Amino acid sequence: MWSYRVSPVVFWRRRASLYRLEGSRCSSCGHVTISRRVKCPRCGGDMEPCSLPQRGRVISFTVVNTPPRGFEYYTPYVLALVELDGGGRVLAQLTDVDPSEVEQGMEVEAVVRRVRVSGKGGIIVYGYKFRPVLHP
Amino acid sequence: MRRVFVVGAGLTKVGQHWDRSLKDLLAEAGLKAMEDAGVDEVEAIFVGNMMSGILNGQESLGSLAADYLGLTGVPAFKVEAACASGGAALMQGVLAVKSGLFDRVLVVGVEKMTDATDTADVTSGLATAADFELELFFGASFVSLNALVMRLYASEHGLSEEEFGHLPILMHKNAVDVEHAQLRFEINMEKYLDSPYVAEPIRLLDSSPIGDGAAAVVLSAGSSPPSDRSVEVAGFWSATETLALCDREDLLRPKSIRAAVRKALEMAGLEIGDVSVVQIHDAFSIVGYLCIEGAGLAEPGRAPAFIESGEANRDGSIPINPEGGLKARGHPVGATGIYQVVELYRQLLGEAGPSQVEGARHGLAINVGGVASNVVAHVLRRVD
Amino acid sequence: MKPDRSVGILGWGAYVPAYRIRGEELARAWGRDWKSAAGIMVEEKSLPGMDEDTFTIALEASLNAIRRAGVSPSEIRAVYVGTESKPYAVKPTSTMLVEALDAGRRATTGADFEFACKAGTEAMQAAIGLIGSGMIDYALVVGADTAQGAPGDPLEYTASAGGAAFVLGPGEEASALILASFSFVTDTPDFWRRGLVKYPSHGRAFTGRPAYFRHIVSAARGLMKEVGTTPDDYDYAVFHQPNGKFPLKVAAILGFPREKVLPGLVTPKIGNTYSGSAMIGLCSVLDVAKPGEKVLVVSFGSGAGSDAFHIEVTDRVEEVRERAPLLSHYIERRRYVDYAIYARHRRMVVMPPDVGAY
Repeated sequence: MWSYRVSPVVFWRRRASLYRLEGSRCSSCGHVTISRRVKCPRCGGDMEPCSLPQRGRVISFTVVNTPPRGFEYYTPYVLALVELDGGGRVLAQLTDVDPSEVEQGMEVEAVVRRVRVSGKGGIIVYGYKFRPVLHP
Repeated sequence: MRRVFVVGAGLTKVGQHWDRSLKDLLAEAGLKAMEDAGVDEVEAIFVGNMMSGILNGQESLGSLAADYLGLTGVPAFKVEAACASGGAALMQGVLAVKSGLFDRVLVVGVEKMTDATDTADVTSGLATAADFELELFFGASFVSLNALVMRLYASEHGLSEEEFGHLPILMHKNAVDVEHAQLRFEINMEKYLDSPYVAEPIRLLDSSPIGDGAAAVVLSAGSSPPSDRSVEVAGFWSATETLALCDREDLLRPKSIRAAVRKALEMAGLEIGDVSVVQIHDAFSIVGYLCIEGAGLAEPGRAPAFIESGEANRDGSIPINPEGGLKARGHPVGATGIYQVVELYRQLLGEAGPSQVEGARHGLAINVGGVASNVVAHVLRRVD
Repeated sequence: MKPDRSVGILGWGAYVPAYRIRGEELARAWGRDWKSAAGIMVEEKSLPGMDEDTFTIALEASLNAIRRAGVSPSEIRAVYVGTESKPYAVKPTSTMLVEALDAGRRATTGADFEFACKAGTEAMQAAIGLIGSGMIDYALVVGADTAQGAPGDPLEYTASAGGAAFVLGPGEEASALILASFSFVTDTPDFWRRGLVKYPSHGRAFTGRPAYFRHIVSAARGLMKEVGTTPDDYDYAVFHQPNGKFPLKVAAILGFPREKVLPGLVTPKIGNTYSGSAMIGLCSVLDVAKPGEKVLVVSFGSGAGSDAFHIEVTDRVEEVRERAPLLSHYIERRRYVDYAIYARHRRMVVMPPDVGAY
């Protein structure tokens, strides 16, 4: 099934976002988003490239017990909606933390970790995750 | 513009149909609907389905439908809007008839989920309703995205876990005497709170089951009702919201639900208070509650209390999902929007059997795709 | 070896994963007596999280080093990663670092080095050459590993995960000058791993005198002779640290007192980070060293060889120290696991085929 694999092209195309949290900012309404795109989803204005802040707070979180393909080995894992300091929200896994320690409002910072692999011989997919702030 | 009527409907039982394929289910519902309408031809077919390609290796459902219904030659298309595919296909059918170019069309919703015996595959399929690059890419299952919304909703409104249980309990109660329902047993609060988390705080008993099913309606044009078993499609609309949750302005009050319902009611010349029976999209309890609030039936955060009050019971002031909704009647994803409308059709004809709402005149169906990124609403009116 | 142009360490950075397993727990899994293994002086070791590998470790260590160096990544023109646990057998970790750091506007040179536990210091030698010759100004070198010891083998008590990174550049900007270096290598088959084999093999007692001790002593004496120093001239001695015992023993052979070795000896707390070992030891020293102090660093890599460096700390070291987490922050951050979870993290469990790859 398609979900066993991740295309190396898909990973490569998003490397700036996955490694360095590069995204877009709307020149009209200021909305910040992690995706590189032309039009703002909020106001339809024009978007320009920007780097998102690397620290933020957990707005909401859950623990995934029934994973999609590719994530079975790492289950259960925590998914969170993180509001970044200075604007923009990002959906990402939390890492280096036990699910029982996670709270809404918790301060977190971005790290780059293995997200999944594409089959036994396929690429390793790296990307952003968030962990409790290590060094204030 | 022309008036459009539902003149016949058919559906299969929702369940694990090991011996019936997608083609079998589609044909069963489609032929039943045509028989119910007393016709053996239609001029176009719209198929609502979400995952035929992903789970069944089959696209091209338009030509498949024409072929397997013995109607090869007519225009036929698959319509997809994630879990609102059924409602979306219906809206396309309505538009086709309203355009004046078609007098009679068939709309059939179908989903065959149980051939994918590994949950991880179904989970992956359902997750395509979300944003692949920003959500599924990181292991977000569809239920986990709804769980993020549920937790926010609970913390914003100070709700305990127990309060969410009222809707699934009502749904199960309603489905017990519904022949076509998938889950026909009651549950109680103890069972609800005991059920394991699928993605905390969403529990197993918050979540609609995986199942197969197909439902279909025949739509006909007319300045007056074409038959004595006609129900008018008095209003309809659809609205979109941002695809990814991280771009959403208000996660707890999706504009899409409000806009789709308001405009559908407006088109029908009605207020929410005029509606006799409502079909809401309770794929997970939280979505059901958001539908109730989005439709204006309760203030934000008050939907669980509204259900607890009994007002939404079959004998209440505004019955909701008298057949058990997505939780208990079932949720064969792409077909659900049509199941909702078939059930409303039968309610408004007085043919709903044990689940009949007395004197039902107007029905509202809310079909939610994605985490409310694509919502379709239809309003049906009894014609006397 | 001395470069034409003065070269030094501008910024240093280390990273150790949060997870730990105690020596007693490793012994328990195989029904061994912990007391007899205690002689190696390693209480517990680190292991990577399920989502960590040499690249992710290298990246965080590099970010810490860059913060201290105060250099923009776009100025870095060489990125070298020394490791024996590359995420890909073929695909350089260094280019992944280049991308993740947005280094050098991609006009960089870089590759992965392999020389068992001294791959990182070999990379340092190469970078010193590039900068010292004036070919480039700034380089990033990393030594990192997620080392794997065979289950039930003595090395299982110590093979751990971690890494260190240095931004090297002109001596005028350095926090610590690298005034001279010396390498000594021979073909000594003390420890190796064949291509498709999961765990390394080693010569047990053979890894002692003919390997670790011979090469460290030769490189250390070779360097001190060239530079004209004796152990008394150094405030710190950092050696490759496969366990807590060997560095103290080689120090004694060379004539360094224990007190000079202990500040750079971290293996007792985190295990042997292989390519990270000596470099993390140096980070530990730079976290506390005062301007003017001198450090002798001697790595060892099986196969075999040693790189020795004569390092002098500058005033800048205290200005930049607090810009990034100290090694002690990472050492103190601990989450203990038992052998079952350890086996899961280290991919030692056979999973059913439909789980797919992991």
